[in-house]
Amino acid sequence: MNRIEKTFKKLRTQNKKAFIPYIMAGDPSLEKTKELVVLLEECGADIIELGVPFTDPLADGPTIQRAAERALKNGVTLRKVIALVKDLRVKTKVPLVLMTYYNPVFKYGEEKFINDAKDAGVDGVIIPDLPPDEAGELIKTAKKADLATIFLLAPTSTEDRIKKVATASKGFIYYVSMTGITGAQILLDDSIGKSINNIRRITDKPVAVGFGVSTPDEARAVSGVSDGVIVGSAIVRKIQEAPEGLRDFILKLREAVR
Amino acid sequence: MKKGYFGKYGGRFVPETLMPALMELEKAYLESKKDKDFQERLVHLQKTYIGRPTPLYFAQRFTEHLGGAKVYLKREDLAHTGAHKINNAIGQALLAKKIGKKRIIAETGAGQHGVATATGAALVGLECDVYMGTDDMKRQALNVFRMRLLGARVIEVPVGSRTLKDAINEALRDWTTNVRTTHYVLGTVFGPHPFPSMVRDFQSVIGKEAKKQIIQAEGRLPDYLVACVGGGSNAMGLFHEFLDDNVKMIGVEAGGKGIETGEHAARFAGGSIGVFQGCKTFLLQDDDGNVLGTHSVSAGLDYASIGPQHPYLRDAGRVQYTYATDAEALAAFELLSKTEGIIPALESAHAVAETIKLAPKLSGDKLIIVNLSGRGDKDVQHVAAIKGISL
Ligand SMILES: Cc1ncc(COP(=O)(O)O)c(C=O)c1O
Repeated sequence: MNRIEKTFKKLRTQNKKAFIPYIMAGDPSLEKTKELVVLLEECGADIIELGVPFTDPLADGPTIQRAAERALKNGVTLRKVIALVKDLRVKTKVPLVLMTYYNPVFKYGEEKFINDAKDAGVDGVIIPDLPPDEAGELIKTAKKADLATIFLLAPTSTEDRIKKVATASKGFIYYVSMTGITGAQILLDDSIGKSINNIRRITDKPVAVGFGVSTPDEARAVSGVSDGVIVGSAIVRKIQEAPEGLRDFILKLREAVR
Repeated sequence: MKKGYFGKYGGRFVPETLMPALMELEKAYLESKKDKDFQERLVHLQKTYIGRPTPLYFAQRFTEHLGGAKVYLKREDLAHTGAHKINNAIGQALLAKKIGKKRIIAETGAGQHGVATATGAALVGLECDVYMGTDDMKRQALNVFRMRLLGARVIEVPVGSRTLKDAINEALRDWTTNVRTTHYVLGTVFGPHPFPSMVRDFQSVIGKEAKKQIIQAEGRLPDYLVACVGGGSNAMGLFHEFLDDNVKMIGVEAGGKGIETGEHAARFAGGSIGVFQGCKTFLLQDDDGNVLGTHSVSAGLDYASIGPQHPYLRDAGRVQYTYATDAEALAAFELLSKTEGIIPALESAHAVAETIKLAPKLSGDKLIIVNLSGRGDKDVQHVAAIKGISL
């Protein structure tokens, strides 16, 4: 069993929810990213998502776009992010998931990417512009390497899509809270809970919710209807604008997800 | 061939949120092809609104000047709004209306597709927002004002390279957010399936007309077709109808300041296979898969990628691709203006530039059709500025 699956299994038996922070690797620097991962783990993150910068992040809003621009200026590449994970594995066992667009993976070579990522200690991958329909080979290779392939569902997903994504996903399913891009305002009506219930009718794989969760209150509400909460833009913004308040903010988010 | 693919190129690489919309679009588009009312409405608008068929014009003085093959111009510059872009925009506006969308959005580089989409929106009664890079808004200021006159909102894209690719990113983000009410009128044979096939089909009227017209004028098929290639829609529009014929085809990319300078948009001269903005195709990228900046004097060709059917046709040896530099395009812009009284769009001037090289190498009984994809009024200010003339 993969480390991500183990994490969710353990949380389930304890009746707890996963707190999954996202940071952009290399923003403000790769050295700093290492420290941040350790900090996030200390503060109780169950899984950590590491963003890989890309020139054209079409699923991301301005906050993560700008973080990617800063990371690219620092010369950060997929290769370097994989090397970073290798370094980190000396210090930490927290499950790490790479969130990357597909072209850097394609250019790297799918098989080589999966194997190198696995060897470095990466536990899973999220590729927002690679739906399962186009991921046949990647899923096969990842399965062999026991690397989790985490696919996305959205409010627009039909039953057919839910089935397809649920079958292709390993580790957890990433439910996008709204039709939109990262960093947009979440709408906390009962639609998220309803959608997740629909998904649960089809699969018992864990479902974590991301996009737009930016406050502890929102995190609390979302954790009430899901298996985990992903917080990205709000943390990235904190790192950039008010890093002194980061630990406190993370602890509050952690506390809210239960 | 796998659905939505041209050989190994194409596909549907988009966030999950958009997948259902693309499936719905594909279905609606396939139905519209068989829908007699839809087709009749389209043909009627092509005739009475766009002004089709556009003429196939024998450019006699230009031909004599070059001293070789006979050059015909397919006059897409005479279509309503001044470029071929309207063929696709009207088709998609009708389709958007049919599937019950309230709003259409578009990206634009040269502004021609933005103007065409704004026109389509006004024609069928839809809200319209157009994304355009800051740099393109400057060099195509006239078209920005035209779009506003037509009732569209022009949204400036100040990020990335501030050109076409960034406008597409923003349009895709908007579509992801508003997919339930909005249709994205992609302006070229690019992006996720079904756009490359659908846009090609809406543009294929160019080649269908040209085939009839050349047979009427010369009693035979042409020897060469020449078209500029940005995303590749005017080229596919002309080529498609001739793919099974014994006709040579040349696509002309933007050579910018020269391939060796790195400042160009010649995907086949400097690119490799990648996955970008919804499809697997050729792409100007670095070793880590990040997309490179591009340069062209013409905003409509200043783009890092190319529609997926083009690399397919190139691999098959069916279409040959070359490029023209900024300087060659500017010279062609002036030469066609002076010899024929036709000011071409800077995009189309790249096809004219290749013709200037090709025609003299051929004998006088050979026939070339050049796709004059648009008129150059929009570029006059920009060309004046390049020549250091203030208007
Ligand atoms: C007049 C004209 N020709 C050509 C192009 C390039 O697009 P495509 O390659 O899709 O025909 C444009 C794009 O803006 C254009 O305005």
